[in-house]
Amino acid sequence: MSIEWKEYAPEGEFYDELFSSPGNPRQPAKRLVSYLSTLSEDDIQSRKMATESTIKEMGVSFTVYTEGGNIDRAWPFDLVPRVISSSQWEKTAAGLKQRLKALNMFIDDLYHDQKIIRDGIIPEFVLKQSKNYRPECEGVSPRFGVWAHICGTDLVRDKDGQFYVLEDNLRVPSGVSYMLENRSIMKRVIPEVFEKVNIAPVGDYPEHLFDTLASLSPRRVAKPVVVVLTPGIYNSAYFEHAFLAQRMGAELIEGSDLIVKDDDCVYMKTIAGLERVDVIYRRIDDLFLDPEVFEKDSVLGVPGLMRAWKAGNVALANAPGAGVADDKVVYAYVPEIIRYYLGEEPLIPNVETFLCYDDEQREYVLANLDKLVVKPANESGGYGMLIGPHSTKKERETFAELIKANPRNYIAQPTLALSTAPTLVGKNKIEPRHLDLRPFVLQGRDSYVTTGGLTRVAMKKGSLVVNSSQGGGSKDTWIVDGPVTKAAKKKAAKGEGK
Amino acid sequence: MLSKVAERIYWAARYLERAESTARLLTIYDKLLFDLPRQVDLSWYNLIVINSLEADFNERYSVRDERNVVKFLLGDDSNPSSLVCSLKALRENIRTTRDVIPPETWEMVNELTLFVQENLNQGISRRNRHEFLDSVIKACQQIIGLWFVSMPRDSAWDMLLLGQNLERADMTTRNLDAGVATLMEVEDDDFAVNARQIIWGNVLRSLNAEQPYRRAARSSVKGHLVASYLIGDECFPRTLSFCLSTMSDVVTKLPRNKDVLNFLKGMQKELPGCSETDEPGEEFRDTLNSLQLALGDLHSVIGTTWFMSESV
Repeated sequence: MSIEWKEYAPEGEFYDELFSSPGNPRQPAKRLVSYLSTLSEDDIQSRKMATESTIKEMGVSFTVYTEGGNIDRAWPFDLVPRVISSSQWEKTAAGLKQRLKALNMFIDDLYHDQKIIRDGIIPEFVLKQSKNYRPECEGVSPRFGVWAHICGTDLVRDKDGQFYVLEDNLRVPSGVSYMLENRSIMKRVIPEVFEKVNIAPVGDYPEHLFDTLASLSPRRVAKPVVVVLTPGIYNSAYFEHAFLAQRMGAELIEGSDLIVKDDDCVYMKTIAGLERVDVIYRRIDDLFLDPEVFEKDSVLGVPGLMRAWKAGNVALANAPGAGVADDKVVYAYVPEIIRYYLGEEPLIPNVETFLCYDDEQREYVLANLDKLVVKPANESGGYGMLIGPHSTKKERETFAELIKANPRNYIAQPTLALSTAPTLVGKNKIEPRHLDLRPFVLQGRDSYVTTGGLTRVAMKKGSLVVNSSQGGGSKDTWIVDGPVTKAAKKKAAKGEGK
Repeated sequence: MLSKVAERIYWAARYLERAESTARLLTIYDKLLFDLPRQVDLSWYNLIVINSLEADFNERYSVRDERNVVKFLLGDDSNPSSLVCSLKALRENIRTTRDVIPPETWEMVNELTLFVQENLNQGISRRNRHEFLDSVIKACQQIIGLWFVSMPRDSAWDMLLLGQNLERADMTTRNLDAGVATLMEVEDDDFAVNARQIIWGNVLRSLNAEQPYRRAARSSVKGHLVASYLIGDECFPRTLSFCLSTMSDVVTKLPRNKDVLNFLKGMQKELPGCSETDEPGEEFRDTLNSLQLALGDLHSVIGTTWFMSESV
């Protein structure tokens, strides 16, 4: 017995990624569905087991802090990929580049002339009260005027089938290694399908990341020294830090491996003595970067690092202070920011956002707390949120007080109808589960968008929480175009970086 | 190469070697049990003494019997040199140097750690001990083999060789010491000659050195010859002389090597011999002990030279 695709019932109120209606796969997913229908129950079981053992062998894990010490958990993965047509992806990718370009111009403006505030597009207090604005960065001019070099934008698809930007992650976004590993798992576990469907490769990301980082080097040398700065093995993304360092051939270092000397240059301690470092891909937060400037007790950072960066002797990616554009109030202004700096209409819309500091909008929010999602402006990782439809009266009252006390710090959005995709449940049942998409966008001298991105899926029925620490899993993401020609297959094989 | 990475690789190699050597050391005693005449009362506690672990052991156990000694050396997580702890430290070091070590190492180390966790009781009980120790030794050798065939001969490899040979030299002195300590418990009676041969034979076998010894010494197994061989032979990879000269070769290739090189040369020059007439005894144990101290100093010189434990 194989999967009964005819019985798969996407719920009408959501957009399903693979099916337009029960029994009718969308065009880009047709070949995938017809292939999957040929698999017997045993086939599916054995491939599922192969997936699990592949993940263990490859050591793909993420760290969970609780449960007595830090524990490496195997990466939860669903075999059924999510499929997006290449024509739709091209438009989305252009929109992502547009957005990051405008955001970088915005950040650069904030730390220099603040024209956007003087022109009255954004109220000054939004900036003044932003937790991630760093006055220490004023007047600094990173190369190419780019502050956020690596961005992990969260996209969701609403019931109309349109992608919306939910969040711009401009500080230290993670997940790209899982996107790459998901593809290697699929290639090992269901290699046949790659013959049948023309799937765009994703493996060139580390190459582009390296080129982006190398383009930032302050020294004009043939081989700039690029390093990945990690907080260490107890960080939940350590796997990714090691993975990216390995793939780029860069050194994986901790703060204690670096030293800033009197010449305001950064050096790493090697067996041959001190060696100058040009570019630091830092995976630790701003506030831990440099105990001379930020958190005095930070042992993760490097004393003097900010000095070296300001002197232009080392590049930091992302630049300190880039997180100012992560503020959810700033988010609400991104469409305006795009129009202001680029004179273009945004290619990807924002999710409708209510700003609580505005009297009229706040009244609406307070009257509709049971329908809205309320978020604090400067948290990440889903902390301190109110999900209206799932909240108790008491929680809503608490939030009403919080909002009234500090309206600048809160925004609200309608509860989204996150799209679904068929997901293997139990033995060989297929049920719809909600998902989002995190593509990664690079900007240095050039810009680049991953082919697709990391699809995160809420494995629990009806759940909208896709975080891996809370029962979320992931799927391979396929950008697919027309039927396979021999030439296209050859090209695809050549383009694969792995 | 980053100092910290160098240090971690060096320690990974040391702990892998230590895990294997601990297993080897236990096999000597395990085999002696079968061969020695019943009159010889074999003290398992010797294994604690020669590893300089008396204080740690006595804190944990009051009875110095076989079971406790073996438990302490294999499974005790309060003993930093136990098999379990060595593997744990090995795993942590590999985990943080995966960018310079063949990726399969990680999987092999995981497998070995799991095997030891699941089968520890087999190692502690006498019945399956041999099989258990044998599996551990083989798994260690598998990892070394992987490194040997797939690592570029760069600084990472040099650090690995340094760690491996320093630990190996140290463990060879301890294996020798185990032999002498047992020997000193043999009473001088009719069984003595036989017992001595058995003991020295096992020291050689536990280091995989029996066959090479016979070919090099062209003699039956005699105490002073075995001791001289394991210290001074230039061809067999576990002798003191070989380990020191391997380290010298490696160090020559590394930057800022003067202090380490001088120290090594000094040690090589002063390698002790063993007098031909007497069975190695208390005096020889003192010699072994000062060799161990010198290796400890060598480690410190390596550390200050390349690991930059202190700030620059």
